[in-house]
Amino acid sequence: MAHYDFQMPVTEEQVRKLEVNDTVTLHGTLYGIRDATQIHMFDHGRMTRFDMNGHAVVHTAPNVKEVEKSAEHPSGYAPICIGTTTSARMERFTRPLMAQYGVRIIIGKGGLSQSSADAFRDIGGVYLAVVGGAAALETTWIEQIEDVDLDDLNPESLWKFRVQGFGPLLVSMDSRGGSLYTQVNKAARDRRASALACMGVKF
Amino acid sequence: MKVDLQQVEEACKALYIRALKLLPPDIKAGFARLDAAETNATGKAILGTMIRNIQVAEQNENLLCQDTGIPIYNVTIGSGVEVDGYALKQAIAKGCERATREHPLRSSVVHPVTRANQHTSCGRLVPVINIDFIPDAETLSIEMIPKGSGSENNSWLKMAIPADGVDAIKTFVVDCVLDAGGKTCPPTIVGVGVGGTADLCVHLSKVAATRALGSACEDPEGAKLEAQLTRAVNQLGVGPQGLGGDSTSFAVHVETAATHITMNPVAVNMQCHSARRARATFTPLGMTFGF
Repeated sequence: MAHYDFQMPVTEEQVRKLEVNDTVTLHGTLYGIRDATQIHMFDHGRMTRFDMNGHAVVHTAPNVKEVEKSAEHPSGYAPICIGTTTSARMERFTRPLMAQYGVRIIIGKGGLSQSSADAFRDIGGVYLAVVGGAAALETTWIEQIEDVDLDDLNPESLWKFRVQGFGPLLVSMDSRGGSLYTQVNKAARDRRASALACMGVKF
Repeated sequence: MKVDLQQVEEACKALYIRALKLLPPDIKAGFARLDAAETNATGKAILGTMIRNIQVAEQNENLLCQDTGIPIYNVTIGSGVEVDGYALKQAIAKGCERATREHPLRSSVVHPVTRANQHTSCGRLVPVINIDFIPDAETLSIEMIPKGSGSENNSWLKMAIPADGVDAIKTFVVDCVLDAGGKTCPPTIVGVGVGGTADLCVHLSKVAATRALGSACEDPEGAKLEAQLTRAVNQLGVGPQGLGGDSTSFAVHVETAATHITMNPVAVNMQCHSARRARATFTPLGMTFGF
């Protein structure tokens, strides 16, 4: 159970070192991405001008305020509340994000499934769990909205955040096939029969 | 009592923002209770982060969660209240739209086919407005619930049959909690609708999921199920965020309705740990905010 501080971007070697139950804190660039963003990128063939090679994406659609562009707000947006959404809906985009854009880290809540675990193993990537619903706190880790692309999809634009101390985040899926979600789910299903029996359910 | 609709519009704007920023005291007490009893280190750490988030949201006057949800307004009208019902609905929607534009809030509401977002948190039949009536009271109460999608996406209906009995209900609830895993942002309030028609059953599951912690089903049979199911789902070890632990759900809440001799419907709707709600109560003395 080691802790790592990552200045983004990272290398394949850095993420392959990570194991389930390690913790990671990110510094520098972080991209925000969501359902519609990825539907447009991977189903409708839209491209982004951002270089996400070696970077992390967080599953989010933030609350923002339109402001005049300035050194403090180069994108013309000030953050209000930025938090993480359920990842499971975006399962099928993990592999193309990694293969086509070189993304190494996916940050989300609730976990991803087997096809993502396979992509993490094949290409070299990890899933980091943020505490969902703790967005007021998560917002304090974000310094600035540096840039935004595909903004016609707002709030599901492709966001470029500058972060300082984004974490600690829990490595809950690693590049060796480890998944805390699979472990917990299997253990929970093993307890199903006793949970039903304690209510007098007859089989 | 005659209702001032301008005041209703202002209150409905304020309610959306209040609901997103201030967690009700019963939910905070629920966190304290789970945190004191949690034995899993990961689960304990996650509960600690959630509790800290509640404090940060209050200090920074920020939203608890980025998900502004689908706005729901539950209106209860006393028999001594005089109001134009259609104008009341318009005032509620206007308040909801103004909260979104003026705060501003992320509009999470889109057309179901085109996915177009009007950036008002409003759309066809949204905000959801439920209206009920109570006797002999010069009271108008409006409860606002921003229903997050992480939990709402985990909703189920099963039209079980009478031959499967109450065991079908119990089994279904446990299986829904297992299927939801971490996707619903546990610890949750599991809302269970039992009986009625298909649509009433689903509606009751939402009423149950958004009821205050510590409240019990008025139907003693429902209350009995609540106690059994709460114990059962917290034996599964799903834990906070689905990462393991004792704190899978604050509680299982049940609401019941009479049903057909051939039917045995059960519905499950979940509420995430950010179990947000706010209330405005109008009386002849004025308007007060609460939960």
